[in-house]
Amino acid sequence: MTNMTNATKKRIALTGGAAAAEALRQINPDVMAVYPITPQTTIIEAYAKLAADGLVNTEVIQVESEHSAMSACIGASAAGARSVTATSSQGLLLMHEMLYIASGLRLPILMVDSARAVSSPINIHGDHSDVMGVRDSGWIQIFSENAQEVYDNTVMGMKLAEKVSLPVMVIMDGFNTSHSVENLETADTKKVRKFIGEYRPEQTLLKTNQPVTFGPLALQNSYFEFKIDQEKAMMSVADCYADITADFAEISGRRYNFFESYKLKDAEYIIVLAGSAAGTAKDVVDKLRQNGKKVGLLKINLFRPFPSAEIAEALKNAKSIAVLDRAQSIGTMPPFYMEIINSLNATKYKIQTASYIYGLGGRDIFAKDIEKVFMDLIKNKFSKEIKYIQ
Amino acid sequence: MNQELNKNFASGHSACAGCGFPTIVRTILNESKYPVVVANATGCLEVTSTLYPFTAWKVPYIHSAFENAGATISGIERAYKALKKKKNPPAGGKKIKFVAFSGDGGTFDIGLQALSGALERGHDFVYVVYDNGGYMNTGNQRSSATPYGANTETTPAGSKTIGKIETRKNLMEIVNAHGINYLAQANVAYLPDLKMKAQKAFETKGPSFLLVFSPCTNNWKFPTSQYVNIAKLATETNFWPLYEIEKGKYKINKIIENPKPIAEFLKTQGRFKHLFEKKNRKVLENIQEMVDEEWNRLVNLNK
Repeated sequence: MTNMTNATKKRIALTGGAAAAEALRQINPDVMAVYPITPQTTIIEAYAKLAADGLVNTEVIQVESEHSAMSACIGASAAGARSVTATSSQGLLLMHEMLYIASGLRLPILMVDSARAVSSPINIHGDHSDVMGVRDSGWIQIFSENAQEVYDNTVMGMKLAEKVSLPVMVIMDGFNTSHSVENLETADTKKVRKFIGEYRPEQTLLKTNQPVTFGPLALQNSYFEFKIDQEKAMMSVADCYADITADFAEISGRRYNFFESYKLKDAEYIIVLAGSAAGTAKDVVDKLRQNGKKVGLLKINLFRPFPSAEIAEALKNAKSIAVLDRAQSIGTMPPFYMEIINSLNATKYKIQTASYIYGLGGRDIFAKDIEKVFMDLIKNKFSKEIKYIQ
Repeated sequence: MNQELNKNFASGHSACAGCGFPTIVRTILNESKYPVVVANATGCLEVTSTLYPFTAWKVPYIHSAFENAGATISGIERAYKALKKKKNPPAGGKKIKFVAFSGDGGTFDIGLQALSGALERGHDFVYVVYDNGGYMNTGNQRSSATPYGANTETTPAGSKTIGKIETRKNLMEIVNAHGINYLAQANVAYLPDLKMKAQKAFETKGPSFLLVFSPCTNNWKFPTSQYVNIAKLATETNFWPLYEIEKGKYKINKIIENPKPIAEFLKTQGRFKHLFEKKNRKVLENIQEMVDEEWNRLVNLNK
């Protein structure tokens, strides 16, 4: 993110959850279906208050489960309403079935997820296990580093969803971001509403004189083609994302890319990660740079669709890479690592790449831990095994 | 078939000959004075009416999943409420009615939570169950609506068992406990009664609920020509009384002067065949007692 701060914009201190609620207030969706589950509860509480005070026109449906939250969003979105929800952890897992139906029906639902560990053992703190469990569900997935990015991604996510007719998941780290108060800059509400525009879908359930059947039975002779079409739609996302981030920069002064390149240009040793740990990683990069070490950070923003070619290009001059995952894929290598290896393999670049797992169940990661990862790379201390930053 | 009858649900769907639900769907939808939007749980009705690229639905329709018809219709109804406030309201600002259709599996079992939530929140919709007493779409597995003693694939009658050993869940009482204004038990063999109940359901403000008896020729095992007769017997034996509960007040719509023995109903269907073996005589007696007991309970509530 390149910050071109404009003094006329509003600067406020909010938690990540409240930042999402503020973006949602500006979006003013038609329907929000929600179920309280820690740590996203802050979003729905903040939003319920806005609705109670008449500051939004949204119909808030207090459903009886996360499964019903996504089901109600699907019904509302198919009815032509701009529809949003928020969830976390077990809630996202309970929605799992409905996530595929939302994307298969090509409904532009926006979800904010406070990424959190999943049970068992039960743990309410942040990691990326919930998000990674649903990464093949056909949703666009966008990671956020801090409250500012949560706000920005929520606004951009709504527009992106409607542009490509696919659901969007905006992800923040549970607690690290959802509950931490940070300064952020918000855009003018009128500008945000103009940026997003009206939602006018062609076919909806409420156009009773043009009846449409949503969610038919498609068997061996057609199911396959539906799924290929979905993949094609997902492949069109990258271009739309680029356009939308450019337009958003006009109203916010902040420009996003598929990923953030932090001192990457001449970097020989690179860490790849996503989410709130990026802040600490940038500090470490700065410190090591002062000591003359050519280190850099690649922070993933857009995770689905995964910008493989662009990432490989950004990494191509590295001597070695460490990929830091905040989730496991038990029985094989973790998700980000797999993506990076796959991205590099598709090119001619052969770069030694190590896998680290950190932060499970809310375990803190410190600057010294990240520094040690860089030192491993610099000293060529490699192992084929996953290393755990405990 | 007459066009007026088919105006919401076309012929040419692939439901079995002798299936109850096409008549139920047509009869109910045709009683709405306003345009309708339908949400449908996964099941026979959905599978036989929406085989891509065809659809039997002449009204807006969504099928989403098995257990969520209650939640899906909630979202649609609230979307309507939200969009009605805007400049160009849907359907030109006209009233729209929202109907959810589900089988008994999608309601009594896997969809009970979503239904309960929708009833508790008070959405304006009609929820219709076509109750064929089991998972018929997947080949006759038991549900909590399957009658006591029925032979199903998951409760097979054997040398040591009589088929299903649990009684039907009393969903009418569960739904009634939500304090909704109108709910009724109806039967596809009594269309004027079903029409009257559909009208009342559509007129009700907030949620209403219809539990409709829907015979399944394939899995109950009877000739396709017999579905109306069998459905009739269900009511004539007091196995399926026609009644309604309006703002908590019970009303039996058809009092059978001389109810037939339950065996008259059971013997028409292959799923109860084993109950007529000598060793199961006591079971038949038990079933008669259960039917009488439930009828007496209703009669008491009807006072």
